[in-house]
Amino acid sequence: MSALGLVFSNIHDTNVPELTAKRTVASIPFGGRYRLIDFALSNMVNSEITKVGVITKSNYRSLMDHLGSGKDWDLARHHGGLFILPPFDNIGGSLYTTRLEALKNVLGFLSGAEEDLVVMSDSDMVCNIDFKPIIKRHGEQNADITLVYVEKDRASVTGDTNSFFEIEDGRIKSIAFDSKNDKVNLYTNICIIGRRLLINLINETLSRGNSHFIRDVLIPHIDSLRVYGHKHEGYYEEMTSLIKYYEESMKFLNKSVRDEVFRTASVYTKVKDSTPTRYGENAIVKNSLVADGCTIEGEVYDSIVFRGVKVGKGAVVKHCIVMQNCIIGEYADLNCIITDKNVVIRDGRTLSGCDVHPFFIGKGTNI
Amino acid sequence: MIKKKECVAMLLAGGQGSRLYALTNKIAKPAVTYGGKYRIIDFPLSNCANSGIDTVGVLTQYQPLVLNEYIGNGEPWDLDRSYGGVHVLSPYQAKHGSEWFKGTANAIYQNIDFIKNYNPEYVLILSGDHIYKMDYADMIERHKKTGAACTIAAIKVPMEEASRFGLLNVKADGEIYQFEEKPAKPKSDLASMGIYVFTAEKLYKYLEEDELDPSSSKDFGKNVLPAMLSSGEKMFAYEFKGYWKDVGTISSLYESNMDLLSERPQFDLSDNSWRIRSRNPIAPPHYIGESGRVTNSIVSSGCEINGSIEKSVISHDVEIAKGASVKDSIIFAGAKIGENAIVENAIIDEDVIVGKGARIGVSAEKEKKIAVLGRGIKVSDGAVVVAGEILDKNVGEEE
Repeated sequence: MSALGLVFSNIHDTNVPELTAKRTVASIPFGGRYRLIDFALSNMVNSEITKVGVITKSNYRSLMDHLGSGKDWDLARHHGGLFILPPFDNIGGSLYTTRLEALKNVLGFLSGAEEDLVVMSDSDMVCNIDFKPIIKRHGEQNADITLVYVEKDRASVTGDTNSFFEIEDGRIKSIAFDSKNDKVNLYTNICIIGRRLLINLINETLSRGNSHFIRDVLIPHIDSLRVYGHKHEGYYEEMTSLIKYYEESMKFLNKSVRDEVFRTASVYTKVKDSTPTRYGENAIVKNSLVADGCTIEGEVYDSIVFRGVKVGKGAVVKHCIVMQNCIIGEYADLNCIITDKNVVIRDGRTLSGCDVHPFFIGKGTNI
Repeated sequence: MIKKKECVAMLLAGGQGSRLYALTNKIAKPAVTYGGKYRIIDFPLSNCANSGIDTVGVLTQYQPLVLNEYIGNGEPWDLDRSYGGVHVLSPYQAKHGSEWFKGTANAIYQNIDFIKNYNPEYVLILSGDHIYKMDYADMIERHKKTGAACTIAAIKVPMEEASRFGLLNVKADGEIYQFEEKPAKPKSDLASMGIYVFTAEKLYKYLEEDELDPSSSKDFGKNVLPAMLSSGEKMFAYEFKGYWKDVGTISSLYESNMDLLSERPQFDLSDNSWRIRSRNPIAPPHYIGESGRVTNSIVSSGCEINGSIEKSVISHDVEIAKGASVKDSIIFAGAKIGENAIVENAIIDEDVIVGKGARIGVSAEKEKKIAVLGRGIKVSDGAVVVAGEILDKNVGEEE
């Protein structure tokens, strides 16, 4: 069955307010060279989905800049490819506030398509999922809707808008917004649904004055439609807060996480033509991820260093996330710091957060 | 509407590069890796794009598969134009038989219709075996000003080395009055860089004449340029000042890579005003582990470094295992260096596997000879490859 993709770029913008002050959640930098949306888009492309709509709402300039024509994801195509779907102003209307209203905005895109299925995904998460077997199973089971979930400890689920499933024989028995169980089946907001069915459900639900996708679309149809669950076994994490972002980033210093997410299928991102990274005479780097285009003269431990960063002589960077084009001056000393893009730390400065509460420095700050 | 391009560039990329031995067994010289990320051809292609030349014919002949795939539609260099752009030109079959390119001039002659398609005023001839950043637009500007039939880019070389080059003897204003090919007693230290700007009509005329001359070896340097000079055509030298390195031999390729190291490298690739573009690998950032140590080196994306690296150039997706030591070496993409292996003064080609505890290029002698391991070969655990050895077959395998 053919499928088109829909990626929501703004749904969780309030999750990491520090990093989304000037960008969408989809364009949060991650893992030394990626943006969060790279994972959602790469999942689609690696699953042979070659028509993908990206639903945007606000602050999407940096997202547009990142996506360009879509060529870095092989999505610059005559047939299909990347579609940016910005908000469509209704008369006297305001911007959409819910997922369903966002979908209403793209009804034209959906009805003009030819694909049988729609694969919807958020872009606040990091995972490497192959949709091909899920789509195949969806067809074999004659499913109307397949929802992808992950099994988690309840305590580890920190987001404030979660949905949990009760599953029986692969079918979803119930959906709840909270759970008292220790182990929970957390909905990933990755949903595979017939395109025509989706259009009908959107129209039907909105015509009744309802606007919530899970509450007003999924839950009322849980018995009348064939709604299946697909359990994703691998790494899946949502960036629900700055601390969560920090903890999850640091997990990528672990080879098994890196191999699974970066290597089972390629993760595509915008190409920058950076030079390789140059290490100086006195550089010391341990347990760190370092992207291209950096110049490392100082010491870096247990950190993630994005493209184009300069670490000066004698500087010590520990447990930090240093984003693109930051300059860490000579003999500066940084511990548990997250610097957004283009931050300059002058020579000799000492800054420290702590491992359970990293200190964040906003985009372009000069300290 | 009659469209035309002011200048078409023709890039000679058919050379075998036999002096690079094992490195060019399976690929053409311009496709050889440089600087941890680039291929040699990235330099002329990026120079063209940066100089505003968007029509480039790449003449290939020897082992072109890797090169063709790498160039693709030219998108990495912004050379995917709907009119113009980069085109790979291979020898083809014509009504009156088919021929391989017999020399540099013949290669251009066989593709003269490609040039004429764009009706250019000037034709720029480039070669695919040099590392340099050069503004061809400035050279063309100079060519227009002097009204020359041909302008040849030239660089000053040390007088004691001058006899290894094709030299240009020039008047004070740069007009060439004599060519000397590798003279024993050089009169000039101005060496030809193999980069020519021709006024298109003159190029056509002399290529056609050269083609009819059975005694000619169909070479620009040996035949076409001297013929032009003796016919009294105006020819000028364009002096280039900057980094320029012929990387046609193992030792010059090695040296040029090493020129990228040090705090203020002789050759700077990070200059944003003259970006060298390349086809980027899809790889995550590189990882340096607890036991990794990297000094005075450049490392590309996707590497997993758990051993030590000193004064080396490491391409993407290279793995260096715990206890391994890489020194004064160049490692191409996808190579794996096993635990406790030692690699010194070596060029390790793509996808080579060096077994645990193997020793490559180790030598007590002062004079460093460079060991070369060709594409995809395997060196067994504990095997030894002596300094200066050049290998294109697996090492240390039991029969």
